[in-house]
Amino acid sequence: MSDAETPADTTNPNVAQDDFEPVQVFPEAEEMDLRPGADNCYKCTTCDSACPVAEVDDEFPGPKFQGPEQWRLKRKEDEDIDASVMDCSNCMRCDNACPSSVPLSQMHNTARGEFVDEQMEKLSREYIRNRLLANYRTMAELGSKAPRLTNFVMGLGATKLFNEKVLGVTSEREFPEFAEQTFRGWWNERGGPQVRSEDKRVAYFHGCYSNYNTPEVGKAMVRVFEEFEYEVVVPKQRCSGTPMFANGMLDDAKRAAGINVDTFSGLIADGYDVIASCTSCSMSLKQEYPELFDLEGIEDVSAHTYEAMEYLRIHEDLQGALADSEVAGQTYAYHAPCHARNQGLDRQAVELFRDVDGVEIEDVGPSCSGISGTYGWKSEKYETSMKIGEEMFEHMHHASGNVGMTECPTCSMQMEHGTGYEIRHPLQVLEEALA
Amino acid sequence: MPIRENVIVVGGGLTGSIAALSAAETGASVRLVSYKKSTLRFASGLVDVLGYPNGDGPVSDPFAALSSLPDDHPYSLVGEGAIRDGLSLFDEVTGDGYRGSHTDANALVPTYGGTVKPTARYPTASAAGLASDARSMLVVGFRSLTDFDARLVSDHLEAAGVPFDVRGAELSFPKEYRADAKVTRFAKALDTDEEIRFAGRSVGMREAVAETVKPRLKGAERVGFPSFLGDEHASEVRTDLESQLGAEVFEIPMGPPSFPGLRLEDALFAALDDAGVRISSGNPVVDYEADGDRLQAVYVDRKRTRVPYHADEFVLATGGLVGKGIDSDRSRVREPIFGSYVPHPSDRYDWFDTDAFGDHPFAKFGVVVDDEMRVVGVENSPRFSNLRAAGAVVGGADGAAEKSSSGISLATGVVAGRGAGASI
Ligand SMILES: Cc1cc2nc3c(=O)[nH]c(=O)nc-3n(C[C@H](O)[C@H](O)[C@H](O)COP(=O)(O)OP(=O)(O)OC[C@H]3O[C@@H](n4cnc5c(N)ncnc54)[C@H](O)[C@@H]3O)c2cc1C
Ligand code: SF4
Ligand code: SF4
Repeated sequence: MSDAETPADTTNPNVAQDDFEPVQVFPEAEEMDLRPGADNCYKCTTCDSACPVAEVDDEFPGPKFQGPEQWRLKRKEDEDIDASVMDCSNCMRCDNACPSSVPLSQMHNTARGEFVDEQMEKLSREYIRNRLLANYRTMAELGSKAPRLTNFVMGLGATKLFNEKVLGVTSEREFPEFAEQTFRGWWNERGGPQVRSEDKRVAYFHGCYSNYNTPEVGKAMVRVFEEFEYEVVVPKQRCSGTPMFANGMLDDAKRAAGINVDTFSGLIADGYDVIASCTSCSMSLKQEYPELFDLEGIEDVSAHTYEAMEYLRIHEDLQGALADSEVAGQTYAYHAPCHARNQGLDRQAVELFRDVDGVEIEDVGPSCSGISGTYGWKSEKYETSMKIGEEMFEHMHHASGNVGMTECPTCSMQMEHGTGYEIRHPLQVLEEALA
Repeated sequence: MPIRENVIVVGGGLTGSIAALSAAETGASVRLVSYKKSTLRFASGLVDVLGYPNGDGPVSDPFAALSSLPDDHPYSLVGEGAIRDGLSLFDEVTGDGYRGSHTDANALVPTYGGTVKPTARYPTASAAGLASDARSMLVVGFRSLTDFDARLVSDHLEAAGVPFDVRGAELSFPKEYRADAKVTRFAKALDTDEEIRFAGRSVGMREAVAETVKPRLKGAERVGFPSFLGDEHASEVRTDLESQLGAEVFEIPMGPPSFPGLRLEDALFAALDDAGVRISSGNPVVDYEADGDRLQAVYVDRKRTRVPYHADEFVLATGGLVGKGIDSDRSRVREPIFGSYVPHPSDRYDWFDTDAFGDHPFAKFGVVVDDEMRVVGVENSPRFSNLRAAGAVVGGADGAAEKSSSGISLATGVVAGRGAGASI
């Protein structure tokens, strides 16, 4: 279908589809009818050409197969879900690429859930490992009780060997260190909010990583928002569910989502908006929850969730506030996480810091970092993950800066792993600039 | 108040990019707001100005044919000067990536269906393939790449009476990929010159491809490949193949995903970055806010959240029916963001011609503009004093049939962008 060839597209122009009969695809997902989405696919393969896994792994059939094609196969006869759905990293790039708005990642998430529920051996090493990785928060909570001990144990060769051989968690990677004090610990110690306001209020969804591993990101977020005179609250919360979707653990994800939606929708009623500093967390609350679960209040939470910097750009004159600021000279190699890209936030950091004195910032290109949360931690995926990341590493090396910047905690692990650079979150630089 | 610019351009295709660049040249601050990837991903990357005016042709000089166009045609509104301005901005942006600026005449470029297409600008990668050139030609295809049939291309070219010897050969790509391998795999392998086992040795992919083609060369002076010869390092891939084959190498534009289209998109976005144009992409504009006859802001839908983008001037460059800038249902045709007036017959059966290749009214559907590209309503007066439109969203031309789509994008994009910038 290129007008390089045919004189004109003579098909009916976008005339609305006939009314369709809803058909049940995935039996356990009662409200889910993806038929209209599947029908929208006109097999242009744009999604396939955007998939980072398909680009390096010849065995992976690609998003078009995982989504609309598998859907059709399943409808015709009672086919099993193809095991390759576990090779999808849930980067959601295909979603963004599809010109016809086929809900690809929703289809993948649903198919993965069914595969894990019905076809995966619950005592298999893979299942157990995936379940552990997906429930990172539970492990982290234990680990952070004695951070120094945990850091020491995790760094031991014997532990790595055990992880590799018994669990299938790669020994190539360094476990992220647990902070001496969690973000919540710091928050409680400082006595909660330092600013009170009736009309400028945000509820912070810190996610697991900034709580247990990089509390400095959470602290920066709080200080920046308080600088703009926001009342910040930090309600009790669970994991956003991102690692659970990616591992097909939909029941776990639904439990966590239920708790999060319950807490945050209550706060929205009191005039709070929800802010996240991790782009996978904001993606999850905003898109995956309403796509996958039918929860009371979810539409509200989705509509009121923002990425932190995005929120300031919409509601404050951030550019103006930064006009006269200056920071200690630093050149950054910025990588936009896939989940920022999919929300249309991939350029905001570069755009904003370009005008700040002292900051040089260079976008290292549109490639995927390759780690995709828990994906790159699996022994059998490690190599794929590094092959995907190669392009980013190369661009980082070519960039003039040797400090990296990104919004996503696992992208930042991958960036550090591949280049040895220190990595910062835009909020940390924003904090420095506003100070 | 937050996100504010002098000019906001809605739509990130060829039109939006050119309009944003033209607005930025006036010194205005400009933001491009775009939803999905543009149709450049499907497009051939060829830039047509006019090949078949009013269904006749092909014409060799598009400029000479302008006077035959109807009064409401976008070219008639903006005039020849605007077309030339659009082309020269395009030439500036694409640098040595494109050819054709040396002459007003249309070049004749072979396509993957084996037809010969009259076009004004063509990628340098396709330059050695022009049909007006008399050198003998070999067209190669790869068996695993089912969309491109080299023998069909050569047969069609021969039947079209081209002035040279042409042969087609279907080869096996030197490395086995899965049956439905994506062209991106081939492109990447060539781009990185992937090491593979070939004829018992370890060699780079480029050399292996050249070795595969050599036995079929039989004296051909130029070799046409489907357009997947590399991505980031495309010209290096071509030069390497040429030196190993001892023949000129060119690409034949093919269907989606189209590397020539993608490379053009990269060039346009790099130019936007250089010009300081801000870009927000990934979310659609769904609504607007106006005060009397002036637009104040457009609203971007961020998955259930509406984000306002304020500006003094706006340019609508959302594409036609394919790009989703024009929408239709069973009863009417509309421009979905501003609800601008789109003239169309009230009876749906009059939207089409009974002949599949006939003169279809729907192909010309689009908003109505004045000669400054201001969007006008039924009464021919501007709907909003600060809203302009350009490209495929503008009605009055059947770009695909006339072979004028990209030229219209360039000409109207320049007029709308410059006008918006100058009104600040
Ligand atoms: C298959 C195909 C082949 C082609 N081949 C040729 C060729 O050989 N020669 C030639 O000269 N031209 C060709 N063209 C035409 C050319 O590539 C462009 O499509 C044409 O110039 C129109 O460009 P445009 O920017 O107006 O629209 P588009 O390219 O359609 O771009 C529209 C943009 O607007 C965005 N958009 C739409 N709605 C919204 C919204 N609500 N909010 C925000 N953004 C929105 C879209 O995401 C897109 O980025 C081809 C086009 C197609 C589709
Ligand atoms: S991009 Fe969308 S329409 Fe194209 S093949 Fe993929 S799912 Fe189908
Ligand atoms: S989510 Fe990412 S890895 Fe999975 S199919 Fe889509 S593009 Fe590929």
